[in-house]
Amino acid sequence: MGFFLRKRVVSSAIPLVFVVLGVFCLARLTGNPVDLYLPLSATAQQRAEFSAAHGFDDSIAVQLWDYLAGAAHLDFGTSLRTGESAGSMVLQAFPVTLQLAGVTMLLAILGALVVGSLAAYRPNSLVDRIAGLLSMTAASIPDFWFAIMGVLVFGVGLDLLPTSGTLGGPEIWVLPIATLLIRPFGVLVQVVRGSMVGALSAPYVKVARSKGADAKRVVFGHALRNSATPVLTVAGDLTVGLVNGAVVVETIFGWPGIGKLMIDSILQRDFAVLQAAVLLTAVTIFALNILVDVCHALIDPRVRQAVPA
Amino acid sequence: MTDLASRPTDAVTPSRTRPPRWWLLLGRDRGAAVAAVVLALVFLVAVFGRLFIGDRAVRQDLGASLRPPSLDQGFYGLLGTDVLGRSVLARLVDAAGTTLSVAVPAVLCSLLIGSALGMWAGYHGGVRENVAMRVADVILSFPSLLIAVVVLYVFAPSALNIVLILAVARIPVYLRTARAESAELRSRLFVDAARTFGTPSRHIIVRHILPIALPTLLTVATLDFCFVMLTESSLSFLGIGIQPPDVSWGLMVAQGRQYLQTAWWIAVLPGVAIVLTTVSATVLAAWVRLATDPAQRWRLTLPRKRRGDRAAVPPEMIA
Amino acid sequence: MPETPLPDATAADPRGGAPATARPLLDVSGVTKSFGHGRRRLTALDGVDVTLRRGETLGLVGESGCGKSTLARVVLGLERPDSGTVRFDGTDPFALKGKELLAWRRRVQMVFQDPFASLNARMSAADLIGEPWRTHRDIVPTARDRERRVRELLSLVGLRESDAYRYPNEFSGGQRQRIGIARALALGPDLIVCDEPVSALDLSVQAQVLNVLSELRERLGVSYVFISHDLSVVRYISDRVTVMYLGKVIEHGRTEDVFDRPLHPYTAALMSAAPALDVSGASNGEEIRLRGEIPSPFDIPSGCRFRTRCWKSEERCAEHAPPAVTRDGTADTGQEPHQGLCHFPLGAGTTEAGVRPRVG
Repeated sequence: MGFFLRKRVVSSAIPLVFVVLGVFCLARLTGNPVDLYLPLSATAQQRAEFSAAHGFDDSIAVQLWDYLAGAAHLDFGTSLRTGESAGSMVLQAFPVTLQLAGVTMLLAILGALVVGSLAAYRPNSLVDRIAGLLSMTAASIPDFWFAIMGVLVFGVGLDLLPTSGTLGGPEIWVLPIATLLIRPFGVLVQVVRGSMVGALSAPYVKVARSKGADAKRVVFGHALRNSATPVLTVAGDLTVGLVNGAVVVETIFGWPGIGKLMIDSILQRDFAVLQAAVLLTAVTIFALNILVDVCHALIDPRVRQAVPA
Repeated sequence: MTDLASRPTDAVTPSRTRPPRWWLLLGRDRGAAVAAVVLALVFLVAVFGRLFIGDRAVRQDLGASLRPPSLDQGFYGLLGTDVLGRSVLARLVDAAGTTLSVAVPAVLCSLLIGSALGMWAGYHGGVRENVAMRVADVILSFPSLLIAVVVLYVFAPSALNIVLILAVARIPVYLRTARAESAELRSRLFVDAARTFGTPSRHIIVRHILPIALPTLLTVATLDFCFVMLTESSLSFLGIGIQPPDVSWGLMVAQGRQYLQTAWWIAVLPGVAIVLTTVSATVLAAWVRLATDPAQRWRLTLPRKRRGDRAAVPPEMIA
Repeated sequence: MPETPLPDATAADPRGGAPATARPLLDVSGVTKSFGHGRRRLTALDGVDVTLRRGETLGLVGESGCGKSTLARVVLGLERPDSGTVRFDGTDPFALKGKELLAWRRRVQMVFQDPFASLNARMSAADLIGEPWRTHRDIVPTARDRERRVRELLSLVGLRESDAYRYPNEFSGGQRQRIGIARALALGPDLIVCDEPVSALDLSVQAQVLNVLSELRERLGVSYVFISHDLSVVRYISDRVTVMYLGKVIEHGRTEDVFDRPLHPYTAALMSAAPALDVSGASNGEEIRLRGEIPSPFDIPSGCRFRTRCWKSEERCAEHAPPAVTRDGTADTGQEPHQGLCHFPLGAGTTEAGVRPRVG
């Protein structure tokens, strides 16, 4: 198991390095932030001083080296916008997104298990077809539009929910989570239904069903356990999509999470914050994937011997 | 892929087995037929619509600003106007053209390049396969939206750049699928037979592997079309996609956002257009998957109730 | 190889005579092939020697896992041996490249075991038979030539002209196998390796396909390596037989020698399981039941690899590799020597062939 873990960590580290390097270089290609942070009337000398102070006049290689040296000490630079440490800004924003994503994923999995099981219990019945149509639609709706519709109906029209912001009680969570939820929910419902239908159509199941309630419960439990693996895999794949969704949701509803932080720092050429945010997000995604793989390996020992794809 | 020998019709076969006509099959499945019609309409509008609307998508008429949808303002007033008095209907048509002119080339590019690379890597195996999968993992492991935002910010958000970045971001999806099919097929006996004739690898890939992998790839492409459309809409909504004076559905939603209370139709209707298109494409993709797999095609001739398991979404389609 | 039927002076003998040619058509010597690495290393072939003369049919017999299919793939150039040499009519196919390699490929072809899986279901019979010509365009340059040749090949294997445009799912197993044979003939090979060509077919159909193969041998003078686990089939069609066990050749010789007076206990056991064939009386009419299961190929027994199941095994069998012994009267007479690897060979009249290292 330890060997498997080490293999996975090493093989995940490579993409991580590429991603961070990529963002590092790309961010710098957006241009010198000098123009954004100094007034138009700034003299050439002031610009030069600004550049020198932040190291923007060095070559990319030197900048990279400085950055890596700093990162080794967990110093990720300072924000050009606020002057705070980039690391602390990122760490402040991270829990917000984590809460959002965590609750969303949990609700999506639970909801999918319920709806998917119901649909699988009677395949091709009305319930199943409605569930299928709903989940297909849910997976196809543009999240920003769904958010706006939610704001329109519940915020503007019915005045039930706030249209943005993070002040207030539990009602502020409803729309953001609902928006973030629909795509993973739609996909997971289909996964659960698919695997449950497969498990429930085995011959021994028909016997159990005819025997009565208790047998049914046992069989259902067994089928649910079978679904655990594919649900886990798909949920792991969905985490990347969740970051996409978080960007949109946080931007629309003004939540100070990491998605909004990244967009803002891209638009404002706040390199340090962008890099720190990308690093943290990438590490989290990879850690999650490794966790999913570990769970798989625990469930199915054959996985441990295979080389991870 | 399933062995043809298990087909239930194997016992008695006529001397010429012709594949069932597509439209007959399509006609039997009403859901898929509707989806196909909707999609065809969207494509027609996207391709030819601009010929009909003239300049109504950009012509400003401040006196007609923010008119709600109504039946007495003529054909182009059916869906109301925006703050500058431009016909929403006309703008929807214009946006259809833009959105599809981004989504279709992007999908075609990534389909061609990703499939070719994937089949090549899967057939040869070894180092080539590993490297290809690694590269695919790297690209897929980071949120495409963010990558697109960064890249578009660097290189300026033109339609061409959007197509390029979306194509590159989705190549791994086709690469993975093509590699999986190719790797499974490379050890088939008829491939071995081809090797004994001395057939070069590229011919084997084109002659034997491609025809079998094509249906799956096409299904993936249809689903990917939805994803690319949604991503382009999100990018335009965030301001980093299609730029004014060009118009896309996502951009329209963003432009209508501030008028939500007074003129909801500006933001809502483009979203409806997106949903109609993506749902139709998804439904059609499920049908295509069944229709192009000779071993499964018989299912489509059954009434819906008895059809059995429907295909689920492949995991690559999610991120 | 002639495309039209040759009058053959030895046609009277149903198994075809072996014309005297100095150089063997196929000469496999000391070939070893392993797969995997470390603890999971599987040695499929361990120092295998096989020869085949032009016009001969060599039967290759053994249980599954003995390495027959791997040997077939080596002979066809689909697998490269780790050590040892392969000579086809004097040339080493693994040293060839480009055009020469392509030219060599025309001379060796294969008929596969599974008539369903070896034909691409999306191609018509004409496409399948003609597929080799797409790589060797000079053989039948025009479309008309191709059509004509497809018709000829179809009739050679006993199928109708109208079958050319049908698809595999419209044929029975036996017919599909005939298509496979026609395809193997398309390039005019000198040698066809038949890997269990009738194992997947019904008994009645087996006879038909075997007849096709025999006829082709008479008319076209093609040589066969015939792989099978079915001894009665092998006896019918082979001039000579090689018996393999866990990657080694443990007995070989002329068919009647090996089948009627087997040297090796394993061969005798195989014979006894098919009483109709057992003429030797070695088992006294009773079936020899071997002890235990075939050992895992990852963990081959020391000394003689058959000793774990052999009723004659003693300590010597575990400690020393068995020597090659020759049945008296079969060596140095121009015939094929009857040889086997055993410490305690069956039947009287064997001598160790200590000098010649050939039998591996």
